[in-house]
Amino acid sequence: MSGTMKITLKVWRQADPTAPGAFEEYVAPDVSPDMSFLEMLDVVNERLIEGGKDPIAFDHDCREGICGMCGLMINGAAHGPSKLTTTCQLHMRSFKDGDHITIEPWRAKAFPVIRDLVVDRTPLDRIIQAGGFISVATGSPQDANALPIGKPDADESMDAAACIGCGACVAACPNASSSLFTAAKISHLGLLPQGQPERYRRALKMVAQMDLEGFGGCTLFGECMAACPKGISIDFIKRMHGDYLWAAVTEKPEKVTLGSG
Amino acid sequence: MHMKLDSKIPSGPLKDKWDKHRFEMKLVNPANKRKYHVIVVGSGLAGASAAASMSELGYNVSCFAYQDSPRRAHSIAAQGGINAAKNYRNDGDSIHRLFYDTVKGGDFRAREANVYRLAQVSNSIIDQCVAQGVPFGREYGGLLANRSFGGAQVSRTFYARGQTGQQLLLGAYQALEKEIARGGVTMYNRHEMLDLVVVNGVARGIVTRDMVTGAVEAHVADAVVLGTGGYGNVFYLSTNAKGCNVTATYRAYKKGAAFANPCYTQIHPTCIPVAGEHQSKLTLMSESLRNDGRVWVPRRKEDCDKKPSEIAEEDRDYYLERKYPSYGNLSPRDISSRAAKEACDEGRGVGPGGRGVYLDFSDAIGRLGAKEIGERYGNLFEMYQRITDEDPYQVPMRIYPAVHYTMGGLWVDYNLETTIPGLHCIGEANFSDHGANRLGASALMQGLADGYFVLPYTIGHYLASNTFEKVTTDHPEFQAALESVKTRTATLLGVKGTRTVDSFHKELGKILWEKCGMARNADGLKQALQEIPVLRDEFWKNVTVPGSGDSFNQSLEKAGRVADFMEFAELMVTDALHREESCGGHFREEHQEAGEAKRNDEQFAYVAAWEYAGDGKAPVLNREPLEFESVHLATRSYK
Repeated sequence: MSGTMKITLKVWRQADPTAPGAFEEYVAPDVSPDMSFLEMLDVVNERLIEGGKDPIAFDHDCREGICGMCGLMINGAAHGPSKLTTTCQLHMRSFKDGDHITIEPWRAKAFPVIRDLVVDRTPLDRIIQAGGFISVATGSPQDANALPIGKPDADESMDAAACIGCGACVAACPNASSSLFTAAKISHLGLLPQGQPERYRRALKMVAQMDLEGFGGCTLFGECMAACPKGISIDFIKRMHGDYLWAAVTEKPEKVTLGSG
Repeated sequence: MHMKLDSKIPSGPLKDKWDKHRFEMKLVNPANKRKYHVIVVGSGLAGASAAASMSELGYNVSCFAYQDSPRRAHSIAAQGGINAAKNYRNDGDSIHRLFYDTVKGGDFRAREANVYRLAQVSNSIIDQCVAQGVPFGREYGGLLANRSFGGAQVSRTFYARGQTGQQLLLGAYQALEKEIARGGVTMYNRHEMLDLVVVNGVARGIVTRDMVTGAVEAHVADAVVLGTGGYGNVFYLSTNAKGCNVTATYRAYKKGAAFANPCYTQIHPTCIPVAGEHQSKLTLMSESLRNDGRVWVPRRKEDCDKKPSEIAEEDRDYYLERKYPSYGNLSPRDISSRAAKEACDEGRGVGPGGRGVYLDFSDAIGRLGAKEIGERYGNLFEMYQRITDEDPYQVPMRIYPAVHYTMGGLWVDYNLETTIPGLHCIGEANFSDHGANRLGASALMQGLADGYFVLPYTIGHYLASNTFEKVTTDHPEFQAALESVKTRTATLLGVKGTRTVDSFHKELGKILWEKCGMARNADGLKQALQEIPVLRDEFWKNVTVPGSGDSFNQSLEKAGRVADFMEFAELMVTDALHREESCGGHFREEHQEAGEAKRNDEQFAYVAAWEYAGDGKAPVLNREPLEFESVHLATRSYK
């Protein structure tokens, strides 16, 4: 274990969604390289509270990189400088003594700031509501092994399903597009036989919701994939575009048959 | 006053109880279901599956979560897998064996009938999850893969890489979002339940705080379901998410729900050791690693500071393989944890502070190749390296036990109803299925069993069996609960002392870890009972909570939770002191034989259900005797 480091932070502070917000500077004089980034912020906050000041608000929960609740722009990079790493799993050994670090919230029209570094990501839930599921009621399924699924398909589906819904893809995208998030869900379900009946309808509805929420369009910059802590591939966006185009051509309006209910 | 504990276990042979009960329970007419409003607090595996399933049936459901989305509940962090009695491996598994392993693993302190039902519905869970699109691990033939877990000699655990909890939760979350979109469920994100409302002895609603606006609101319902998880964070350091808390169940306890077996806490053997004072939480390394990793410490103290590669094979003590040859590295969690503590207490621990043991993959890498090991555990190895800066492909992992799960919880009957009529409790928040020790991959099974396949039936029976007077939030009980929540918030903000909430929480955690952790004794527990009230008094006199109540205020949220932990800790220690035996996660140093836990079935084969008797008064102990009809009470042996 090496010695402690002095780190200077420039942090976005904003009291509520309508307040203007501004950067404030804090010095963390004794940061251990073994601390996680959020533990470093904990220490800064403890001092602020002891000094009678409001601590820096930031979202976090599991602190093991899976719940998707944390997410900060660190020196302009979503989740900071380490690849495939959420903010909570970023450790201070990635920085050095004397560093200046700028910390901002996710910036996107669809993610309004709630306070300081906390943003509202419920638009992502609404994209799932639009069709990010397989319509199967509890109790109806057949035996799990009655439906063999080739390992390559199951594995690729799992690659897409690994998305933690943190929103880093949106924050990293110059257009603030949520295409990687949406494509991950469309691909997770669309790669499985269970997901086929609703595959094209799902693509149509989820893409429409994405637009409705005010996310930007995808122009395949690839920043999303670079920022994604779970390494979700941009290939899934191509797959989404394919499904969407097919759907736009082939999907028929839902037929209402009187007396069928 | 003693409450009556009626477990409502159906009569008849064990294997027929649930079928019989399902037939005997009353049903709600499909057209009438939407007239009933059910509140579900929590959106983890239990809460989300229950809310979605009840909405599918037609009930009008409201679901509450403290996170910004239901998908973030801490079930998501479960790594290793979910058990089911499918017997796809043809290795001798059956419903009865899963039932037996679970009762034995729980050290014969669980209720037989509930556990049997859990094993019965386990297979339907796998079917349901596959149909939802959960991408379980598969073999090249396209069928589902399995792995082994602690406490079992069959391979019955289904998994999705090292992210099984995530994938199961996303399945339940997607079902929940489907129902939100349909209008069957109203979702309240960033809302925290701060009180339960009981009208004429029946649970009729809750009081919540909107964590964004600070608004304190009352919600009326015909039934309330708590799926609010465990209380492991009472120790401050645990593998739980930072927000996990006891508030919902503890508030229910103070309103009359019995709290069962709070001393049954699970210390997981394979977590990353503490790195320093700044440590904010502990990270689990899945038990599945013990399939291929071998646990050892140096045979001699003098070798502890050497690099592991410099310690010769004959100078290593593979203590689990030595002490428990038939289960070896897959011995149950409580036993493995204590063995690690013992080795470190003997001065043979490794790493900073000597609180660590090695989990070594070199044999498995030699046998199977690094690629195969990477396929099995790649994400766990990466996580370990990110946290410790050490590469487990090259050097053995260092692990140490940490608080992980709590078997205790609100007492529930066979219908998952607490001692307050109308208040149901599911998942980790209840006490029912794991006895004194939970086996690996059984938490996911229980959460989903309760939510998908048990509660949707039993809640219907409750609603169909009762009539509900019309109640609004104007009712005096609702007004009183609103008032008490607001007063408490104002009090916390008004102390304006000098110590932070976290500093109190850490101090409480240290008391509990030392005196009510992996090993407990009467002297230590009595000391803790002296220290906790002193600390609690100081908390209410000297805590500082900046900011206001009517805005986003994370310090205030923490303060409310820690205030409840301060009271709950005393209940937990009281339970630990009263249980004069060692069983499962509860190890009393006075009760051991040749270093192994010694149960006392004559005096303690019961569930301890504690009843709140008023502030400053000792809680009242109620006993539910545990009767074992199908299982022979035996000393648990994994030798």
